[in-house]
Amino acid sequence: MSEIVLKTENLGISFGGLKAVDNVNIEIKKRQLYGLVGPNGAGKTTVFNLLTGVYQPTTGCFYLDGEKLTGKTQEQINHKGIARTFQNIRLFNNMSVIRNVMVGLHNQPEFKCNPFVSLFRLPGHFKTEKAMREKAKEILRIFDLEDERNNLACNLPYGKQRKLEIARALATNPKLLLLDEPAAGMNPYETEDLMHIIRRIRDEFDLTILLIEHDMKFVSGLCDEITVLNFGTVLAQGTTDEALNNPEVIKAYIGE
Amino acid sequence: MSKLKKLKLSNYVCYIMVAAVMVVSFIVAQTGNLPRSYSNLLVQIAYSIILAVSLNLVVGFLGELSLGHAGFMCVGAYVGSYLAMQLAEVIDNKLIVLILSMLIGGLLAAFFGFLVGLPALRLKGDYLAIVTLAFGEIVRTVFKNMSVFGKAMGLSTQAIKYDSRQDTSLYLVSFITVLVVLFFVQNLVRSKHGRAITAIRDNEIAAKAMGINVTFYKLFVFVIAAFFAGMAGVIYGHYTTPVLYSFFSYNYSIEILVMVVLGGMASINGSIIAAALITFINFQLQSHLSGDLAALKYLIYALILIVLVIFNNAPKLAPIKDKLSPKLLFAKITGKKRHPGDIRSDAGDWRVIPTKIKMDEVLSVDLQQNTEFTPDKPQKGGK
Repeated sequence: MSEIVLKTENLGISFGGLKAVDNVNIEIKKRQLYGLVGPNGAGKTTVFNLLTGVYQPTTGCFYLDGEKLTGKTQEQINHKGIARTFQNIRLFNNMSVIRNVMVGLHNQPEFKCNPFVSLFRLPGHFKTEKAMREKAKEILRIFDLEDERNNLACNLPYGKQRKLEIARALATNPKLLLLDEPAAGMNPYETEDLMHIIRRIRDEFDLTILLIEHDMKFVSGLCDEITVLNFGTVLAQGTTDEALNNPEVIKAYIGE
Repeated sequence: MSKLKKLKLSNYVCYIMVAAVMVVSFIVAQTGNLPRSYSNLLVQIAYSIILAVSLNLVVGFLGELSLGHAGFMCVGAYVGSYLAMQLAEVIDNKLIVLILSMLIGGLLAAFFGFLVGLPALRLKGDYLAIVTLAFGEIVRTVFKNMSVFGKAMGLSTQAIKYDSRQDTSLYLVSFITVLVVLFFVQNLVRSKHGRAITAIRDNEIAAKAMGINVTFYKLFVFVIAAFFAGMAGVIYGHYTTPVLYSFFSYNYSIEILVMVVLGGMASINGSIIAAALITFINFQLQSHLSGDLAALKYLIYALILIVLVIFNNAPKLAPIKDKLSPKLLFAKITGKKRHPGDIRSDAGDWRVIPTKIKMDEVLSVDLQQNTEFTPDKPQKGGK
C-alpha cells in the first residue's frame, strides 16, 4: 500500500511570463484515489497535460514507478502506463462504441498484429480481431455499455459518453488513470453510479486514480487524499477532510 | 446466422460491382461485340477507380486533404512505362512486363510518397494541401525537363502500348488490378490499423492520448495511397501514348478529389461508382462534343457536379434521396427494419461522415447554413 506510483518534483510550466503551474509536488501511492481540486483556472488540467506529455514542463520532472517520464511524447507516456480522459469529451464520434474501446486496446502486447498481416488477411488478423472484440465487450460490460456497443459514440447520452471515455482509457491497460472531471454534467444518480464504478475498476484492475472534480461530495466520498491548487500553486495538501477544511482553501473558494 | 451472412454480403459489394462489370464486358468481348472505344473507356474507368479509392484512404479515412495525387500517378506513369520498355526487350511476355513495371512503378511512387509525407504530414489541413499541390506540379515539371523521358514531347510508349485495335486485354488486367487494390484497401480499413487511422481522423488528440502512433499511421496511409496511384499511372502508360506531363496537372488531382467527394468520404463503394460515373461522363462529352462545342465540355461537367453536390446535401431533397437509397430498397425487399443509429458492418456507417475538411467549401458550393440544421446528420460534437 505504500509503494509510490506517481511522484512529481517541482513540476511547473510557464507560458511566456505566466506561471500556469508552479512547483507542484504530488506523491500518489498504489491503489490510491487521489483528488486534484481548485477553482477555475487553477491549473488542474494543465497538470494533466504535463503528466500526459501534451506540454513539456519548463521546471521539474515526474516519475511513474520510479521511471522518469519527463520529455517523452504522448504516445510513449501512454505506453508506459498513464491514460487519461478529457474535460471536454473527446470520443471518436463517428465510430461505434465498441470500436472506440478497441482503439484503446490497439497497443496491448497481446493484440499485436503487423500491418502487413492485416493487409493480406492472414489468420493472425482474424485471431487478434476476435480477441480484441471479446476484451472490448468485457470492458464495456463493467460500464454497463455492452448493449450500446453498435451505436455511434456521438449518439450516446452525455453520461454514457463520459463512461465510454473512461472505458476507452481503461482499455490501454494503465497503471495510473487520470480522470478530468468525470462527473461533470451528470445527475446525482449517475454520479453515485460513477463512484461505484470508479471504486470497482480501482479494485479489479489494481489501478491508481488521479481525478479532477468540482463536485465536493464526489471528491470527499471517493478520495483519500487531495491536493488543492490555486493560481498554479499548491494551496493545501493532505487527507480530504483536512485539506477541504483548511481556512486558505475555504477562502479561495468562497472568499473572505 | 442470417445476420452474419448479410453482414458479410455488404462487405463484398464493391468486389461484386467491379467483377460484374469485368465479367459482362469479357463475355461481350468474346462474342466480338465490344466496341473499341468501350474497351478504352473500361481501362480509363479502371485506373480512375484505383486513383479514387487510394485517395479516399488519405482524404476520407485519414482526414487529410491531399491535392498531389496526380503527381504520384505521374511518377508511376513515367518511370513504370520507361522501365516496361526496357523490360520488354528482355522479357517476351507482355503481361509479366506489365505486372513487374506496375510493382516497380508503384514502389517508386510510394518512395516519393514517403519523401513528401515525412515533412509534409507535420502540417495540417490547408497547409498539407498546398504542399502536396506543389509536389504534383514539381514532379511533372521535372519529368517535362528530363531528356530520358522525351522532354516536352512526352514519353512515347508505342512499344509497350496495348493497341486497342488488336489487343483489348488491357481492360481485363486493369480490372483485376482494381480487384487486388480493393482487396488491400478493404483489408486495411477493416483491421485494427484501419481503426487507428479513422481514430486519428475523428480526434487526433484523443488518438495520441490512446497511444496511437499518429506519425506512423499518417505516413503509412500516405505511402500506400501513393503506391496504388503509381500502379494506376503504369496502367495509364500502357493505355496511351505518349505519356505527357500535361495530363497530370492540378486539374486532374482535383478531378480525383471530386470523385472521392461525390462518392462520399470514406465510402469505398461510393468512390467506385463516382469514379466510373465521372469517367463515363467525361468520355461521352469528349466523344460527342467536337469542334467548337468541345469548349462546352467543362460547362456541362461543372453543371453535373453542382447538381450532384446539391442533391447530396440539400435537406429538402433528403426524402427523395432516401427513397432512392439502395440500403432502404434492400431493407424493403428483405422486409427487415433498420434503426437509423445501427451500424451493420464492422467499418461503421461511413456515408454520412463529416471530416475535418468541409468538402463543400472546397467545391465552392456553400451549403453550410443549410447543413447545420439537418437532424439526420451526426454533428461533430465534443470540440
